[in-house]
Amino acid sequence: MAERTTTLELLINGESRVVAFPTHHTLLEVLREECGLTGTKHGCELGECGTCAVLVDGQPVLSCLVLAAQMSGREIETVEGLQEGNRLHPLQQTFADLNAAQCGYCTPGILMTAKALLADNAHPTRDDIREALSGTLCRCTGYHKILQAVEGAAQLAAGEEWTPAADSLHGATPPDRGSE
Amino acid sequence: MAEPSDGKQRDESLDLPGRHIGQPFRRVDGRAKVTGTTRFADDLHFPRLCHLKLVRSTLPHARIKAIDFSSAADVPGYLGSLTGRQMPHPFGILPVSEDEHALCIEKVRYVGDPVAAVAATSEEAAYEAALRVEVEYEPLDTIDGIDTALAADLDRIHDYGDGNNIHKKVSMRFGDLEAGFAEADLELEDTLFYEGNTHLAMEQHATVAVAEDEDRVTVYSSTQTPHYVHRALAKVLELPPSRIRVIACSNGGGFGGKSDVFNHEIVAAKMALELGRPVRITLNREEIFYCHRGRHPTLMHLRTGFKKDGSMTAQHLRTALDGGAYGSYGVASTYYTGALQTVTYDLPRYRFDGVRCFTNKPPCGPKRGHGTPQPRFGFEVHLDKAAEKLGIDPADLRLRNLAEPGSVTANWLQLGTIGLRRCIEAVVAGSGWRERYGRLPHGRGLGLACGSYLCGAGLPIYWNHMPQSGVQLKLDRSGGVAVFCGEAEIGQGSDSVLAAVVAEVLGIDLADIRLCVADTDLTPVDLGSYSSRVTLMVGHAAHQAAERARKLIAQAVAKRLEVPRERLIFAERRVFDAADPEKGLSFEDAVTVAEAKWGTLGTTGSYIPPRAPGKYRGAGVGPSPTYSYSAAVVEVEVDPETGLYRPDHVWIAHDIGRSINPVLVLGQVEGSVYMGLGEAMMEEQAFRALPRHLSSALVHKTPSLLEYKSPTFHDMPPVTSYLIEDPDPQGPFGAKEVGQGPLLPVPPALANAIYDAVGVRIDQVPIQPQMILKALDEKSRGRQARYGPKVFPEVDFGEILRVLTPAEGGDGHALNEHGEKKAHGMSGADGTMSSRDEALKDKDGAVTTK
Ligand code: FES
Ligand code: FES
Repeated sequence: MAERTTTLELLINGESRVVAFPTHHTLLEVLREECGLTGTKHGCELGECGTCAVLVDGQPVLSCLVLAAQMSGREIETVEGLQEGNRLHPLQQTFADLNAAQCGYCTPGILMTAKALLADNAHPTRDDIREALSGTLCRCTGYHKILQAVEGAAQLAAGEEWTPAADSLHGATPPDRGSE
Repeated sequence: MAEPSDGKQRDESLDLPGRHIGQPFRRVDGRAKVTGTTRFADDLHFPRLCHLKLVRSTLPHARIKAIDFSSAADVPGYLGSLTGRQMPHPFGILPVSEDEHALCIEKVRYVGDPVAAVAATSEEAAYEAALRVEVEYEPLDTIDGIDTALAADLDRIHDYGDGNNIHKKVSMRFGDLEAGFAEADLELEDTLFYEGNTHLAMEQHATVAVAEDEDRVTVYSSTQTPHYVHRALAKVLELPPSRIRVIACSNGGGFGGKSDVFNHEIVAAKMALELGRPVRITLNREEIFYCHRGRHPTLMHLRTGFKKDGSMTAQHLRTALDGGAYGSYGVASTYYTGALQTVTYDLPRYRFDGVRCFTNKPPCGPKRGHGTPQPRFGFEVHLDKAAEKLGIDPADLRLRNLAEPGSVTANWLQLGTIGLRRCIEAVVAGSGWRERYGRLPHGRGLGLACGSYLCGAGLPIYWNHMPQSGVQLKLDRSGGVAVFCGEAEIGQGSDSVLAAVVAEVLGIDLADIRLCVADTDLTPVDLGSYSSRVTLMVGHAAHQAAERARKLIAQAVAKRLEVPRERLIFAERRVFDAADPEKGLSFEDAVTVAEAKWGTLGTTGSYIPPRAPGKYRGAGVGPSPTYSYSAAVVEVEVDPETGLYRPDHVWIAHDIGRSINPVLVLGQVEGSVYMGLGEAMMEEQAFRALPRHLSSALVHKTPSLLEYKSPTFHDMPPVTSYLIEDPDPQGPFGAKEVGQGPLLPVPPALANAIYDAVGVRIDQVPIQPQMILKALDEKSRGRQARYGPKVFPEVDFGEILRVLTPAEGGDGHALNEHGEKKAHGMSGADGTMSSRDEALKDKDGAVTTK
């Protein structure tokens, strides 16, 4: 197969680098293979699971569906750029504390999508969060802890205090009337 | 070094309340997961890495006539190929059904069965070369389901098994069933069906194999069971196990789907050894649907006798499993469809007949709940119907029938603590069951169900006398503790359990611990992340290793401080005198003192489950150190016009014994509810024949994440979770399992809720709106208000194994199993328990909870 290659300056997490890659390669492939940024994951490579989401000019994009060759002059953000120095981003803190990342495989895509949501809407309702994240599948968590974690991160990002609700850490306390 | 005795004798009453155990803490791998730095198998990169692709069968059942690589070899970048003839040894996860080859040799048995492999310098080139491999087939009969498998005159998929395309037949009777039915005031029969479904872990299976030398290879893989992969590799590659290193990378979800040994793992290793360079293969999503090893489609028939007061007198369960094309875990799965029917409620007499068929579909295997969600669905729907007939509230029917803690069941399972009463009471109270059940407006309903699961299978998959879990500690003057263990982190949080147990016993922080896990070269064997065994077994082994380290340190510190050893407390990263807390050493200094006294410090811990009382053939499946219990109430809204329905809320209570880390426990509970709802509402691993002009091949109906429906953010209702703590002496710190049990009550609770809402019984899952409509239509015509299978096939189950129950004065042996050769190989299912005594006698030092 005669492969055409493209050489492009890519701006990833605020750093620009010149990358050469087969022209038909997706952004997902180029991030993972050519750039070694394996934080971005894939569950289908067909645009069906949301796992590979990254931000392009601040908007969530499925990196398995776009070509890296289209990324000239665009600002790409991946999970590797989410931390603030050696400190976790509020989303990362709340996801880690609530066990909203179990196997952690869907997590990078969800974190990036949630970041875009919070940039747009600093105080999203639970329905807003559901809607924003509904293109992503998570097989481990049942989604609840993810919703709670995004809510917590919104509070932290707004400079508010965040303490996880007791029942999100310990479970609920049953009301006292169940016997025969 | 003096051999420290089992540390369990230590007086633990002096310990400070758990700093880690029972507290919600950030999982030890939490930061790596949220920063994207966890290394999954596909994330690994090595210089000169090349790419592997499998050529998969396009026919469901055929003889292989010829394989031609000539055109494939022309692809630029092509490096080499393999066929099955280069790997002639069969393998299989269970010693009784080693019926797979790394690449098919004579026959293919399902669409997707791998026949050849090619490697190339790029993934595209490998793909292109694989497409160009030409395979000539001679088609055979397609066995498309249980009925065709039972037919006598079709081509056989395998030449072993229990006849025709029957893989395994089981028939066992515990107690005088007819006497039980004769006592009954009500006899109820039901036929139900549970469709197959798949794990759908988000991570695509990946393996990277690196040749270290001409006869040494390292295999990195997304596997839940590195130890079993190691064994299979040694066998097929014909290498001593010491030349093979298997490292299980963190799994991007498992759910049982990565607990088998896969063709691609073996082929990658072989190719790496052939080419002398690193080889990677990552399956695409369609291939994963075809690798499968998921839930067996299961047809069930239940017949149960009840007394007026709701107590049960006898039950006869029959199951028929569509096993797919290979054995996989299927023998164990077949037994599991019967084994745990007795651990929830008092069932004095019980008969189980099961049959597993070979069909030309991807092999089924273990998925969360392994073989038990199907009969659990059957049983709990059946109980709901019985409650109505008997005029007893479904919650009360269950409360009246609870199994006795510490008792031995009719099929000889030793029960431990049972928190089920409190579970039922919690979901009943939380859901307002007493005020609302049966009283909600038409179209809205509540349903209740319970479940129970193993806390680790009592026996290993292959017969051996060794520990099922081992942990090693290395301590030195840095104060850091390195923990080595073969366990595999699949997202469930096993690393955190391991670290928390060690930190708790030594009174140090989680950050003082460095883990090295799931590496067959470096870590002591743990059998893997399956059967909900890790918290219990790894927990015990870690506890023992840590107690031994603690004892060494305490002896040295006691001497140095001139304090009686029993008075030393390990907490807050210090070792100090209980009577004078000021008097003490930092943990770092304490280890230094111990290292000076004893030399280089290292301890081990291991665990073997207790001996089970059953001795009959098949008694190896079902025993567990203890069992977890769950109860759920689902509230549903059903539109009688369209059949569309929506679960509005789920209340679930789980008997966890004691939480090691409640936030991780909740994650498992919520994840199980989610997966149970997926199975109950939409998930189907189902097949169809292609049109004749396209070969008529039997193919997956929905082999993509888009078409295979699974619950999204929008489908998931609110869940209220109650953790019921009743520490079990069999568990480390009292802990039980949580990864699988909470899935079990969810599907039947949904079916029962739909009945409460609109008065129709849907006796199969997934429950589709058109089934509800159909049943409503039947109801309006005055016919049975039900949708579901009508008949269970005629199967000759052969001679029934007859076992007296404990109440009948039995001894755990079968009455009609005289002098049969004891099966040692397949101890997980077929093996007897008779050699357990001996096995345990040899054990010095392993924790065996008694
Ligand atoms: S990998 Fe891109 S959407 Fe699934
Ligand atoms: S955390 Fe495992 S898929 Fe979401």
